[in-house]
Amino acid sequence: MRYEAPESLEGAVALLAGATGEARVLAGGTDLLVQIRADIVDPELIVDIKKIAETRAVTEEKGGWRIGAAVTGAELKEHARLKQAWPGVVEAANLIGSTQVQGRATLGGNLCNGSPAADSVPALIAAGAVATLAGPQGKRDLPVEDVMLGPRTLALRKGEIVVSFLLPPRPPRSSDAYLRFIPRTEMDIAVVGAGVSVTIGGAGTITAARVSLGAVAARVLLVPEAAQAIVGSRLDAAAQQRLEAAARAACQPIDDKRGTTEFRIDVAGVLTRRAAMIALDRASAN
Amino acid sequence: MAETMTNGPSQTYVGTRTIRPDGVDKVTGRARFGADFNLPGQLIGRVLRSPHAHARIISIDTSRAEALPGVKAVITQDDFADQPSEFIPAGEMLMNYKDVVRNVMAREKALYEGHAVAAVAATSVAIARRALKLIDVKYEVLPHVIDVVEAMRPDAPILHDDLFTAGVEPKPEKPSNIAKRVEIVLGDIEAGFRKADVIVEREFKTAPVHQGYIEPHAALASVSEDGSTELWCSTQGHFIVRAHCARLLGLDIGKVRVTATEIGGGFGGKTVVYLEPLAIALSRKAKRPVKMVMSREEVFKASGPTSGATVRVKMGATKGGKFVAGFAELKYQAGAFQGSPVQPGVMCAYAPYDIENVKVIGYDVVSNRPKVAAYRAPGAPISEFAVESVVDEIAKKLDIDPIDLRMQNASREGTKAAYGPKLGPIGMEETLNAIKKTEHWNAPLRKWQGRGVASGFWFNIGGETSASLTVNEDGTVSLMAGTPDIGGLRASLAMVAADELGVPYDKVRPIIGDTGSLGFNFLTGGSRSAFSGSMAIVEAAKQIKTELCARACKLWDLKPDQVEFAGGQVKALGAAAEKFKPMSVADFAKVAGKTGGPIGGYGRINAQGAGPSLGTHLVDLEVDPETGRVTILRYTVAQDAGRAIHPSYVEGQFQGGAVQGIGWALNEEYIYGADGKLQNAGFLDYRMPVASDVPMIDAILVEVANPKHPYGVRGVGETPIVPPLGAIANAMEAATGIRFTELPMSPPKVLKALKERGLNKA
Amino acid sequence: MAKHHIETTVNGDEVEFLCETEETLLDVLRDTLHLTGSKEGCASGDCGACSVMLDGRLVCSCLVLGCEVGGRRVETIEGMAKGEKLHPLQQRFLEHAALQCGICTPGFLVASKALLERTPDPTEHEIRYWLAGNLCRCTGYDKIVSAVMDAAATMRKG
Repeated sequence: MRYEAPESLEGAVALLAGATGEARVLAGGTDLLVQIRADIVDPELIVDIKKIAETRAVTEEKGGWRIGAAVTGAELKEHARLKQAWPGVVEAANLIGSTQVQGRATLGGNLCNGSPAADSVPALIAAGAVATLAGPQGKRDLPVEDVMLGPRTLALRKGEIVVSFLLPPRPPRSSDAYLRFIPRTEMDIAVVGAGVSVTIGGAGTITAARVSLGAVAARVLLVPEAAQAIVGSRLDAAAQQRLEAAARAACQPIDDKRGTTEFRIDVAGVLTRRAAMIALDRASAN
Repeated sequence: MAETMTNGPSQTYVGTRTIRPDGVDKVTGRARFGADFNLPGQLIGRVLRSPHAHARIISIDTSRAEALPGVKAVITQDDFADQPSEFIPAGEMLMNYKDVVRNVMAREKALYEGHAVAAVAATSVAIARRALKLIDVKYEVLPHVIDVVEAMRPDAPILHDDLFTAGVEPKPEKPSNIAKRVEIVLGDIEAGFRKADVIVEREFKTAPVHQGYIEPHAALASVSEDGSTELWCSTQGHFIVRAHCARLLGLDIGKVRVTATEIGGGFGGKTVVYLEPLAIALSRKAKRPVKMVMSREEVFKASGPTSGATVRVKMGATKGGKFVAGFAELKYQAGAFQGSPVQPGVMCAYAPYDIENVKVIGYDVVSNRPKVAAYRAPGAPISEFAVESVVDEIAKKLDIDPIDLRMQNASREGTKAAYGPKLGPIGMEETLNAIKKTEHWNAPLRKWQGRGVASGFWFNIGGETSASLTVNEDGTVSLMAGTPDIGGLRASLAMVAADELGVPYDKVRPIIGDTGSLGFNFLTGGSRSAFSGSMAIVEAAKQIKTELCARACKLWDLKPDQVEFAGGQVKALGAAAEKFKPMSVADFAKVAGKTGGPIGGYGRINAQGAGPSLGTHLVDLEVDPETGRVTILRYTVAQDAGRAIHPSYVEGQFQGGAVQGIGWALNEEYIYGADGKLQNAGFLDYRMPVASDVPMIDAILVEVANPKHPYGVRGVGETPIVPPLGAIANAMEAATGIRFTELPMSPPKVLKALKERGLNKA
Repeated sequence: MAKHHIETTVNGDEVEFLCETEETLLDVLRDTLHLTGSKEGCASGDCGACSVMLDGRLVCSCLVLGCEVGGRRVETIEGMAKGEKLHPLQQRFLEHAALQCGICTPGFLVASKALLERTPDPTEHEIRYWLAGNLCRCTGYDKIVSAVMDAAATMRKG
């Protein structure tokens, strides 16, 4: 098994594009190392991207935020202004695993591991985040909801890596929230994940919303119907019911050791409603 | 709290919270656990395990593995002689060597996913892993069965062609997965039910759960050319390991020297052998030391989780609240070989209560999952969960306070237990009273919060114990015990020795001796190590005190009745007291050589008189009705310790057992696929409680002295896991109005039950 | 495949070692550097028994490759006491009987130290959630939490 730690994007792309056997990108390693130890994957080449400056920076860009793909959850948590603008994204990244795992885990790795239960992905999708990819043919942008196509299936071409995420500029009176259901209080993989981002107008009415659900389908879902259910409302009881129904309708979950189909559908509705209420509270306070 | 019996010498240390003498090494990382031992030139051993839940082994070809450079030995069943059928005690269960040798290395069949079929020793981990892939095993996959009720059906796949149900008449002719039927009977159960004004009958189901020790099994073996074997392993019983390995490998017991390393948790799961005979066999073949450590996945798949079970309970009571009949039928999984803890489960089911008419039947049933090993009060949490749930229902039906109902029927001194003996003094009532007096019992609750109470019984054991005390030339005392210290034993024994001999606690240095240094010691289990160990230390100290008095008599030219040992000194009595200055242990140590030689005592006993420990637990929890998630809000344990040698470590047993029970009740379970493979063989999906899952666990130490122990000590380690299952189920009923009879009470199950009743709204 | 030659700092000491790509930092600490205080409980980042500090950040050493730590700063349990002087956390763990078998204790101590360096006055809630990645099967966590709170108070007094 070869290990390379290139210091430039071009170097990383060249290594990945030129790999003859199985190659894997190493960011935090919190998924990759576990999979190697469990014999799920046996890469011939590991490309550590943490020495590439673009993957490690958090910068303001055109009113929005650019977050490097290899910035850790713990680092995001310590970034006061990012946390203030996007509390949902930051809290989602800090629900992954444990304090120890958050010390290493990254948004890029969480997305590219290709699990529909990834905690940070619904929050990124709800935020309208766009992933910047670098590959042999140059750079391109993809909305995060278009990156993970299914379990362990990404839209990346050979040699492409996720470099960073751009969170769009935030209109005033906007905020977001991420909730997940796990049977314990920490440590579990999300049985359901719900990310909601809202913007409210003068009267406290929701003028824009995005809703994303994780762990309830083969990919993380952007649910436009759920957003439509609450736009123009102040999340009164009727709007909440519409929201729950839309969330439940979007689910196509599986029965597995973490939850039954029925359970996931029910809880998806509940969590979406609760996440929306928190996002609304936060937006009202802004 | 009840009275404390203070027998014997001054109690400077017993009952106080000393710092454990082995503590500094543990907080600095210096302490060496099983995987921390290494020998120069050692090889790494790895095990090839069956991927099938049930399969005939047609052939094993190890030639390609043996040819791989770096592989120094490969073993299979051919390296172990077959064993005749013979039952021996291990912890609180019986094992059969014919089964032991097959569990250690499969012979005719692989009987569970993870069953060992071959092992290699190689110069590196990477080579060992590659070698396993080069071993060709031909299997004939057979239908499998895991669930206990399924395994009992007449058309179930049969695991053993030579297993016929024992304990039934007439003797069966067809083999069965039902290894044994047992029962206990007291009085006349039918007559009892006829007297009842209220009868409650319920069926319960529990899933297999694992002891969950954080340290995987580890062993390091080194065999010499003459067959002398040294073994370091993480174990609860190194003398038992020695016995098993000697037997399985055809070695003289005296030629096998086992050192118990520090052990990172056991809870009963490390009272048997897995890697140890394999490491020895590999080392013998390779002529080099062999180190073997299980991965976490192997621990889950190939060690010994406890039984999953189906339990039916039927109880009758008068409208005044007197229990008049207690019936139960227990069906316990044994795993691949017979030997579930159904017998202790049967014995303990109704033991907290004085009931005239009791009948409990138990079935020991094999199925295609790992062989059960002991788990903290083996068998009792399951049966007592069922009974405590039904007791709660009776309390509700009769509108009697659940503590009062238990109090009214509590076993006490003189009660004839359904499993046989007349009970000595026990603390059932005292623990109930202690709970009733707490602020917790009366604290207010909100909607969707519920409070539950349950009691629990475990008998505890004594057993063979050898321990020594040696007085060194400078007056310090070396203490050697032979039961591995799983959490505070060395401190407790050192405190007893310090009090017995009147020496300062920090002058007593305790160690756990290897098998070459002491006589036989039964293992650490059955809540026996402090109970029996302290008795052996008292005996050893007695020998020293007698010896020192004899030496004083010689020195002072007095008769034995003119001297006594008191307060850490030999004193002359009466008129002679003025003539001779008292001599301490340290004083005698200085002149030991001149007054008869080295000073020491050796306690070799078969400790009898272990007293049951009763406990009552109180729990508050909250249910999220929209998701079925349960939060434990508050938890109080009251348990009878007899006499707490070290209160902090006794409290620690209460708290640790309670949290294991919380995990068992709410989230822990073995999840098998339709293919018989374990789906959650890791800490991610086998969900043990983490720190944020539980509150502080309030511990109330009750002390009803055990008259058969010089200090009144009772074992305490196991009882704490018995009440939580019932207490939590009872609290769930209080919070939701729903009686949950299946464990774990995980969110999907809870939400489903709430939904069915239209209750899943805030 | 040639091994990696890594130079790094462990507990303030400069060390160098060779390792294969797939060897984790935990493997290197235990098997190559003979620092066996960090334990392997699961090798999948779910139990925290292997906790170390990497450049001042609390991590699971089973989730870091040996070849990633070149030029970095590693701190393990072995570096926690200063000579004969135990860290207040170590002392309080002993006094509170916050360990029974002790296998999880190094991980808890490293993790607790990381917490108190960031949050000198944590609430019980904060302690429990910070330490959620450290499994203990013996103690039920009660005395561990008490020990951490007591150590925090001691350290605040300076």
